[in-house]
Amino acid sequence: MLSIKDLAVAFRTRRGEVDAVRGVSFDVAEGEVLGIVGESGSGKSVTSYALMRILDAGGRIKAGEATYGGVDLRRASERDMQGIRGREISMIFQNPRAALNPIRKVGRQIEDVLRRHARADRQNGRAEAIRAMEAVRINDAAARYDAYPFELSGGMCQRIVCAIALACDPRLLVMDEPTTGLDITTQKAVMELVTDLIRARAMSAILITHDLGLAAQYCDRLVVMKDGEIVEAGDPGALFSRPAHAYTRKLVDATPRAGASIRSLLPAEVRTPEPPRRITDEALLEVRDLVKTFAGKSGPVHAVRGVSFDVKKGQSVGLVGESGCGKSTTSSMVVRLLDPTSGEIRFEGTDLAQRPAAGFARDPMRSRIQMVFQDATDSLNPRHTSRQTIAEPLRAMAGLRGRAQGQRIEELADLVGLPRTLLDRFPHQLSGGQKARVGIARAIAVNPSFLILDEPTAALDVSIQAIVLNLLADLRARLNMSYLFVSHDLHVVRLLCDHVVVMKGGEIVEQGSAEQVMTAPADPYTAELLSAAPKPPAPRAAA
Amino acid sequence: MRLAQAIPVVLGVVLVSFLLTRALPGDPAAYFAGDAATPESIAATRAKLGLDKSMPEQFLRYCGDLLRGDLGQSLSTGQPVLDELTRRLPASLELTLTALLISCGIAVPLGVLAATRPGSWVDHLCRVLVTAGVSLPTFFTGVVLIYVFYYLTGWAPSPLGRLDFIYIEPPTVTGFLLIDAALDGDGETWAAALRQLILPALTLALFTMAPIARMTRAAMLSALSSDFIRTARAAGLTSRKVLFAYAFRNALLPVVTTLGMVFSFTLGANVLVEKVFAWPGIGSFAVEALVASDYAAVQGFVLCMALLFVALNLVIDMAYSLIDPRIGFDSK
Repeated sequence: MLSIKDLAVAFRTRRGEVDAVRGVSFDVAEGEVLGIVGESGSGKSVTSYALMRILDAGGRIKAGEATYGGVDLRRASERDMQGIRGREISMIFQNPRAALNPIRKVGRQIEDVLRRHARADRQNGRAEAIRAMEAVRINDAAARYDAYPFELSGGMCQRIVCAIALACDPRLLVMDEPTTGLDITTQKAVMELVTDLIRARAMSAILITHDLGLAAQYCDRLVVMKDGEIVEAGDPGALFSRPAHAYTRKLVDATPRAGASIRSLLPAEVRTPEPPRRITDEALLEVRDLVKTFAGKSGPVHAVRGVSFDVKKGQSVGLVGESGCGKSTTSSMVVRLLDPTSGEIRFEGTDLAQRPAAGFARDPMRSRIQMVFQDATDSLNPRHTSRQTIAEPLRAMAGLRGRAQGQRIEELADLVGLPRTLLDRFPHQLSGGQKARVGIARAIAVNPSFLILDEPTAALDVSIQAIVLNLLADLRARLNMSYLFVSHDLHVVRLLCDHVVVMKGGEIVEQGSAEQVMTAPADPYTAELLSAAPKPPAPRAAA
Repeated sequence: MRLAQAIPVVLGVVLVSFLLTRALPGDPAAYFAGDAATPESIAATRAKLGLDKSMPEQFLRYCGDLLRGDLGQSLSTGQPVLDELTRRLPASLELTLTALLISCGIAVPLGVLAATRPGSWVDHLCRVLVTAGVSLPTFFTGVVLIYVFYYLTGWAPSPLGRLDFIYIEPPTVTGFLLIDAALDGDGETWAAALRQLILPALTLALFTMAPIARMTRAAMLSALSSDFIRTARAAGLTSRKVLFAYAFRNALLPVVTTLGMVFSFTLGANVLVEKVFAWPGIGSFAVEALVASDYAAVQGFVLCMALLFVALNLVIDMAYSLIDPRIGFDSK
């Protein structure tokens, strides 16, 4: 149905033309779901934009053919393309909230598409749009017609995006990272909705994702892309059990999955044994009945309702839950950026909840508790070099200056595996993994004994995530730190943590040893979370 | 709700305008007693003006007068300040509004076109116009326009005021000559008023075009590169629909903000244009009053401008909530 041959796409940049896609060929048969897997910069999204001819300004198709049902997509007029988009081929995007016009009612946005492709007119537009919303299982669709995107949840927004894409019964659906940024149970609901509809309407689809597990679960066939080229293609089972290309093998290894150890994420040739750790029975942090209530517009919002857990010296605790469960509020209170409404945060016996967050920056305890933030890019000052970023806590808390400071910075760079030559670069000159290392170096600069990690790998590619997770595992053994690891990804938490705390609606629903919670969850919610996570097929036995 | 928020602002302005005018250099009593005044006559004038009282007392009397709608007498013209303002404010407003209409009519489409075709000739034209508009002072463009269109070609009437003396002013309804003449059904006067208006309005328009065009272009560029534009394009919507219903409405917010700012500074800063075209506006009135230490007139002017700005901000806030549903939601 769709056939792409030797497709090449280039972008004009200030440094001349850059090839984003170089000679990609694949076919999509009728009723087939093809997965395109690759890490950021592999050209997977650009390929799909090229075949829809919606490349950003500066991008152009350099060579190759793209035919859809006999239509030459490369040479079709813009007018013909507008007729094809949405009616024949349509697309679902990542970040659904941004993918919708923020100031237009969602129903109107669906209606726009219906009317554009003559599926509805002024009279029955509203009714047809509501029908399209019902098709993607939106409850109370008539009322939701008048909602704006900001009034809806992320999952609901993605359903609207699906409704726009599917309103005119396209034959081919392109999904570009459709579930990135969504909660794991929402991800499952959206993917199942889409796959059901694809099957029911006998459509074809292309699923573009960085998540091998997701791709393997929902696709009939996979192609793996790297640097604008396809390195390997085949059916998911075969790719996982017998990856032929070294890159595929690396990706398969790096994907967190059941039964894997943290070291097994790394390529076989660089695996070293995990360093020994000392976990004592002595409690480092004791959280007791922690409560946080925010004053909301319509009454108080109970973000955290009485949470208690311990972190022992040397232990790593995972704090798991979906967005809105209160895990970020809890970690903000523990790191003393937010004052609890009530409860105790005893750190080495002292109740830190008594010390107001506003003045905690000057508290001697500040250097004992540090944090690594979620977005490595946004949490670095864009006008500071890595050296300046790492120097900040050294100057403020350790009082290090001059030569001693310089030495410590280089020591830290070595410790986190950041080449010293990169110390004088600005964040935009660093890769995602390097920025994560700078963030970690900043956090461990003042020798904290307790580190709070707020989804430190959420924005990273899987192979980089594998490296950073291993770095964190090495550092905690070497510096004898305890971690509070906040994440929504159960697989990642299992890899790094000894103890897991599962939160829902501001309360702890279950806690216990990682092994026990993951294999025999006591609470139905934990079981639901576990079953919603994509399950990559097991790779071949470790070589 | 928003109106209630404006009350403290107005009260503050009353106080500040009072204090500012008292801080003006020069003794108004000495000025108005005349050149041949003796110390006794100056003291008498001062007592007549109430300037011998203490500051708090003067302020209370000022507030009392305000409540009765009395802004005092202009010392230089002898007319009540309120009359002067009601006569001159419409002249300034007519000029400013016409200028902004022209300016938006050119700058907004230009900015949109420039944003849709970056690097094209429209974009370059936009850049040239923007640079020229801000770098040429209004009194210079004004004089050049008079030279070309009045002196050289004779297309425009002599740049003296709002209406040539051979026409009779229409009965005052709104104070806007164009509207009053139209209401009166007097086509000839209407055309004459328009002819007088066109050159000064154009001068101001050239000056205000720059920020509007620049902001429209930037806002359109950022709107066009948003994710939802990609969604709209991927759904096959026509370029027209994408451009207007999706991109332009989102770009409107910063444009309206800029428009509000431009409007307020134009209203205050068109003194030069009023001077060049002998326009009987509020700006030239204020400058003359200031030079003459005519405190009542200055006070009245500051108060009037402040009220205008408060009203303007109200209108802009309302425009925001019309454009962007998110704002209306927050205030509920």
